[in-house]
Amino acid sequence: MTRQRYSIWSLARHALRGHRDWLPAWRTPTPKSSYDVIVIGGGGHGLATAYFLAKTHGIRNVAVLERDWIGGGNSGRNTQVVRSNYFYKASVDFFEHSLKLYENLSRELNFNVMLSQRGIMTLAHSRHDLEMTRRWANAIQMNGVDSEILTREGVKRVEPLINLDARFPIHGGFIQRRGGIVRHDAVNWGFARAADALGVDIIQNCPVSGFESRAGRVTGVATAHGVLRADRFVLNVAGHSSVLAQRAGFRLPITSMALQAMVTEPVKPMLNSVVMSPAVHVYTSQSDRGEIVIGGAADVYSSYAQRGSLAVIEDFIAAAVELFPALARLKLMRHWAGIVDISPDTSPIMGKTPVENLYINCGWGTGGFKAIPAGGDTMAHTVANDRPHPLIAPFALDRFERGALIDEGAAAGVAH
Amino acid sequence: MRAPPPASRIRPADMLRIRCPWCGLRDETEFAYGGEAHIERPPDDSSDAAWAEYLYFRRNVKGIVFERWQHARGCRQWFNVARDNVTHVIQAVYRNDEPKPPVGDGEERL
Repeated sequence: MTRQRYSIWSLARHALRGHRDWLPAWRTPTPKSSYDVIVIGGGGHGLATAYFLAKTHGIRNVAVLERDWIGGGNSGRNTQVVRSNYFYKASVDFFEHSLKLYENLSRELNFNVMLSQRGIMTLAHSRHDLEMTRRWANAIQMNGVDSEILTREGVKRVEPLINLDARFPIHGGFIQRRGGIVRHDAVNWGFARAADALGVDIIQNCPVSGFESRAGRVTGVATAHGVLRADRFVLNVAGHSSVLAQRAGFRLPITSMALQAMVTEPVKPMLNSVVMSPAVHVYTSQSDRGEIVIGGAADVYSSYAQRGSLAVIEDFIAAAVELFPALARLKLMRHWAGIVDISPDTSPIMGKTPVENLYINCGWGTGGFKAIPAGGDTMAHTVANDRPHPLIAPFALDRFERGALIDEGAAAGVAH
Repeated sequence: MRAPPPASRIRPADMLRIRCPWCGLRDETEFAYGGEAHIERPPDDSSDAAWAEYLYFRRNVKGIVFERWQHARGCRQWFNVARDNVTHVIQAVYRNDEPKPPVGDGEERL
């Protein structure tokens, strides 16, 4: 499998030819009847898992099955934030591994993912908030990751347009300067292209409707292309994890909900960082195209509709406009929802399942994008060795039975 | 200034309207969500697995779901709703002491 190397020279060469002869970034193969590993779900985590299986573990007879198209699900619907400012050691270790992989991802994939480490700033809106912020920022430092406490004036220096005397006045905050945003489409396309070059078959428009199993093992998956067989299977289907798990014969501690986000019309640069407020539950940043990206909490009830409630949009906008009054005159261009898989402790569920050769990577809820490279790396290790990668051992499905929850939702109090 | 969109463009599905058994039809913002209904507490001497099942594991079906809601900013009563979580159409509202209505339980989509 040859692939065109992307560089300034290839760009110039193609520009001179009027950009008429770019090759597709990945093939459209006819599925084989059997594989070593079938990855169900062609989102970022699924593609990254396939890529690391092929690259690190030499398992190249792999298929990724995507029900729609690459980048059409949550991987193309998130708000592109990357950070590792978590509270517990297990989370910090994992997400810091992911951020470090992101820092080298453009080179790794030969695809510019446009990482912009502009900093992620978390706001405190009361003296009590400020106390919790200090505790949180200190915990991050104790775990060996950068974080910096900001005064009111410090917040203003990062974001000159912020309204410090908002309805819930800003008392300070903290910043992780290595946090920022990455172009999400580039991450999906980059992993798809790199995996394809290593021999992975990416099969789009191929929903999985069920499993074929014998003696406690999955032997094949039923698809539009017939039954596809493999030795091992990995489930990376976010909001639909419960539906497919049930068809494979087990249950999950997951509730699927709609998470909304929106962008305004593009404007000149006005936001410097990613600003996040756990108290009024909104976060915002400016994309490289100039759009203001606004997100917040998930809708409150279970949903598979990829469409959220107007009341929630109104909440996000009210909070964003109060923090940045200059936003009030902008028009919204698009708003959308993705179906997210929320676990009881808002930490992911990764590793083995009650079915012997079926592995799962789910429970990312509202924050899976930042974890894509590490999710792929650690799941590939887990599948290749049939043993959890040390970084994800704490996130196993059996933690609910053992009572070993990693309660980031309560500890960090964040919109992931 | 542009005129506001015509009322017809705001579809009922853009937001839930729930018929509280005591107060009638109200907007979703008056209600609090209580998760899946009909979950039974296991006996005290149950295994860890049974307690985990009770506390954390959910059916989370795609299709008709039976769930608890509270009219938190109204009469504050709890009640049950049968709702299609793909179309957001509410199939039935019933009191806690009433049995599950026969509206497509177990019906599932992919």
